[in-house]
Order: sequence, then structure tokens, then C-alpha cells
Amino acid sequence: MGLTYETIQEKLNDKFGADNFQWENTYDQLTVTAPKELNLKILQFLFEDDTLAFRFLTDICAVHYPDNTGAELAVVYHLHNLVENVRLRMKVFTAIEKPDVYTATSLFPGANWMERETYDFYGINFVGHPKLKRILNVDEMDYFPLRKEYPLEDQSRIDKDDEMFGRGGSYN
Amino acid sequence: MSDQSVIHHVPLPEGSIQKQTTTMNLGPTHPATHGVFQNVVELDGETIVDTEQTVGYIHRAFEKLAERRPLYQVTPITDRLNYCSSPLNNMGWHTTCEKLLGIQTPKRVDYLRVIIMELARIADHLICNSIVGVDTGAYTGFLYVMQYRELIYEIYEEVCGSRLTTNIGRIGGFERNFNDIAFTKIEKFLKEYPLVLKEFENLFSRNRIFMDRTQGTGAISAERALAYSFTGPNLRAAGVDYDVRVAKPYSSYEDFQFEIPVGTTGDNYDRFMVRNGEMWQSLSIIEQAMQKLAQFKGTEADVYHADVPEYYLPEKKDVYTKMEALIWHFKIIMGEIEMPKGEVYHAVEGANGELGYYLISDGGRTPYRLHFRRPCFIYYQAYPELVKGAMLSDAIVTMSSLNLIAGELDA
Repeated sequence: MGLTYETIQEKLNDKFGADNFQWENTYDQLTVTAPKELNLKILQFLFEDDTLAFRFLTDICAVHYPDNTGAELAVVYHLHNLVENVRLRMKVFTAIEKPDVYTATSLFPGANWMERETYDFYGINFVGHPKLKRILNVDEMDYFPLRKEYPLEDQSRIDKDDEMFGRGGSYN
Repeated sequence: MSDQSVIHHVPLPEGSIQKQTTTMNLGPTHPATHGVFQNVVELDGETIVDTEQTVGYIHRAFEKLAERRPLYQVTPITDRLNYCSSPLNNMGWHTTCEKLLGIQTPKRVDYLRVIIMELARIADHLICNSIVGVDTGAYTGFLYVMQYRELIYEIYEEVCGSRLTTNIGRIGGFERNFNDIAFTKIEKFLKEYPLVLKEFENLFSRNRIFMDRTQGTGAISAERALAYSFTGPNLRAAGVDYDVRVAKPYSSYEDFQFEIPVGTTGDNYDRFMVRNGEMWQSLSIIEQAMQKLAQFKGTEADVYHADVPEYYLPEKKDVYTKMEALIWHFKIIMGEIEMPKGEVYHAVEGANGELGYYLISDGGRTPYRLHFRRPCFIYYQAYPELVKGAMLSDAIVTMSSLNLIAGELDA
């Protein structure tokens, strides 16, 4: 295997400065956390550099951390160098009030729907996206359902007086 | 005799649409789309000028649901992704959990899983390929191979009790050992299916009508396929030999010898041929797995799960007689098992391509976040590019040869 995690780390640190990144290697997967202003530049560098050559976009998704004030939303990119068979996970964090992140559609046409899905569920505003609208949910929806402020039904709730479901009711 | 030219001068009623092309709704429930797909097609005569897909008709919020479910309850959700090959999704989910929990499965479990996964792949590919046949006007092949999908479903039934949405296996292994009927049925399948597949190929692969309909239609180059993040048979048909089973083996795929069939042009015909080639490879993998299984003797031949009492549901007879088993039974069923904190991305080679699970655990009892990388959803966005300039009837064939499964598409 030609491309090692050290090479990736070195190359990115040299190009953008080590202060910008936090590195993590868990479950044998290198993860880099980068500033959101640089996301497109980093993706482009990873794409165009001949040694790194992360030219296959596996996936884009988002995660909501409500307690992480000022950086509540994370956009997670899974990149793959198919020739060397190395994967890289990249995260950028953004504030929930202004969730603007540059789109990756100019590099990867396949990012189009992945970003639309991420917008649909988390409301990440991908700046420069050719057609950022809801994809799986109805257009009229006015909230972003996968955010943590919309919890699913709590199995242990007691306000549901519903004997049919075997919870609460006269059996208690 | 009316004068034609007079008609043209009659002003159209207020609000009429005046344009050179025709807008047509293909779907959402059109018999030719084999699922809930809607395409708003802009037609010039019979040629497609542009098309826009609408997805999400059967969206069921799986990712949200998974956030309130213990790991074992997520398995039935995965059934409903690509429901033509549910066992592949189930196994992908189990291996993801095992990766997070650090569970090492015994070799025998891996081989049993490989058998089930490859059977599922065959079931999926044979449906896809025979549907391509149906859409080009050949119903015979479809009806003929259906008998063998039935046999595969019977094998599932012996192993897990259900047929379509299988919920097969558990974290750490299988719910029970394969019985003799299951092995007899697998052997029957291995003996009979090659002849059927050969006949199926004879029916199509050199059939002039079929070749004329599929060659050169719905083609995509390797560069565009990679740019659109294609995976699986659709990418391989374009000539890229990427297969997760080889790139990052799971479930002991490294112990097996098999080839990756690739195409050259990425058109409907190549996709058909790649899927056929994969079915032959799957048969060979199942045969190898059966040989490997025969080498387990004595108590080794009874191993069907890893020894992980925290996650693997104990046998019922133990629950009634042993205190430990009873405790674990309740803890697991009530979802009171804490997972280790961590983040894993794990992918398996699904029937449509790289089926990935991105699981984040915050140390709680349910996933903090679970994202499915659904290959169908990702490559369906290239559909307008594949059919632009093609005839409407070719677009239908292209759609079936991409093997779009609404369940996987809409999550």
C-alpha cells in the first residue's frame, strides 16, 4: 500500500497548516476535522493531488450535536482512493444558525443528491448547489426532521392512555 | 372537407401550454417502472429531451427510527431497504455492529453467512435480469427463473422462517444452526440452477432482438460512472473492477476464489452480462463454502454463533433453566445493553453496489446516528444523463437494468 495515513496527514498539514486540522484514527479509519471555510479547497486538493487522489466520493451525511454550541451540525464526507484502496473521513462543523457549507458538486456530480438529502434532513445550506431543494420529504415541510430537537416517541411515556398497546390504561 | 390551415389560426383557449415538446408523467405507479418511481419526461416525439426524477414516495424515515432502537431492532429496518436481497442488508448490518462491538465471528459462521449472502445476490440479479427481459418483450425467462427464486426463498425459510423481509441472523451469528433440509435445498439449488442459468443465457445473450434493444442504450463511461459515485454491477459494467468483497473483505471473503466480471461500454447489455457473470461466480462461491463447511467436524460443526452473551440472544431452553441466560434475555429484549462509544463506517457489496452503514454511538443503548449509504439512491441521479436523446422505450429498459429498488432509493 503506497498511500499511508502519515502521508495524508503530512500533505494536508503542509498545504493548509497543521492548526486547521484535528486528526483521529479510530476503528482503523483516519478522520480529519477541518474548518468549514476550507472544505471545498481541501476536497479539491485531495482530488487533484496525484499521490492523494481521493477521487471517489462514497458518501455525504450530517450529524446533529445539540450540546456542541456554535458547531452543532457536522457534515461528514467519506472519500475513497480506489487505486490505493484507502478511505478518508472528513468532517466539517457548522453553527446551526447559519449552516452554510460550500457544495462539492463541482468536483463530484454525484454529490448533488447526497447534499440534497443532507439539506432535507438537517438543513445544511450547501452554498453554490445547482438545485438545493428537498428530495425525500415533501416540499411543503418547514422543519428538518433528523435534528435532535424532534425526538421520537419515548417508549416509557405515561401520558398515553392506550390499553390497546399494552401501555398504561387500566392495567397499571 | 375542412381546411387544415383554418384550424391553426383558431386561438388556443386561455391558459393553454404552447410548446414544441410534450411533457409526460411516467409513473409513479406505472406497470413498466416496477416500483414507485416518477419521472417527468420531456418528449420530442418519442425521443427524450429531458427528464426529472421525483423520489421519496415510500420514504419511511429509517434513519430517524433507528435512533430509538436497540441494535437488534434495526435489522428489520434494513430488510426494507433493498427488499429483493434482504439477507445482504441484514448481514451488512450485523457485520457493522460486530465491527463497533469488536466481535470476532467464528469461521463457520462466516461461511454460512457467505452462502446466504451469495444466494441473496443470485436472487436479486436473476430478478433484475429477467425483468430486463420482460421489458424487452421476453416474458418466458422471467417466469422460468422465478421457480428458482422460490427455491432460494425456501432456503431462507429453513434458516430464519421468513422469505422476503428475512431479518436473518443475529449479531454474532445465526439464530439457529442450518438444518439438514436447508443443506439439502442448497445442494439441490447448486445442482439445478446452473442448467437453468445456462438456458436463461441462451435465451438472451445472443438473441438478436435483445441485443438490438440493449446494446448501446443507457450507456455510461467509466469516468462519468465514477464521478457519479456508481458502485456494484453498474460500475463494473463500465469497466471498473471495484468490488467491496475484494477491496475490503468481510465475513472471510478473502478465503474464496472468484472473479469480478467487468464490461466495457457500461450499457444495458453489459450490465446484463455482468450480472449474469456474477451469478456464476456466486454459484462457485457457494460451492466453495459448502466444501469448507464439510471440513468442520464434531462440536465445531455445531458452531453457529460467536460467544457474546451481551449481544446474542440466548437459546429459549437456556432462558427457562439458567439464571444468566434469563438475565441476558431480558436485558437484550428490553434494549438495556450499552454500546461502546465510537464511529464506524462499514460497507458490504450489496446487490446494487457498496451498501454502507455509518454508525455513530455515543455510548448509549441506541445508535446516536445511523446513515445508510444506499447505492441505488446515489446512482439514480445519473438517470437523466443515461436516457437523454434515447427513445422512451429504451428509457424503460435502462431503468430496469439499473436495478432501481424503491425501498433502497427512498429509505
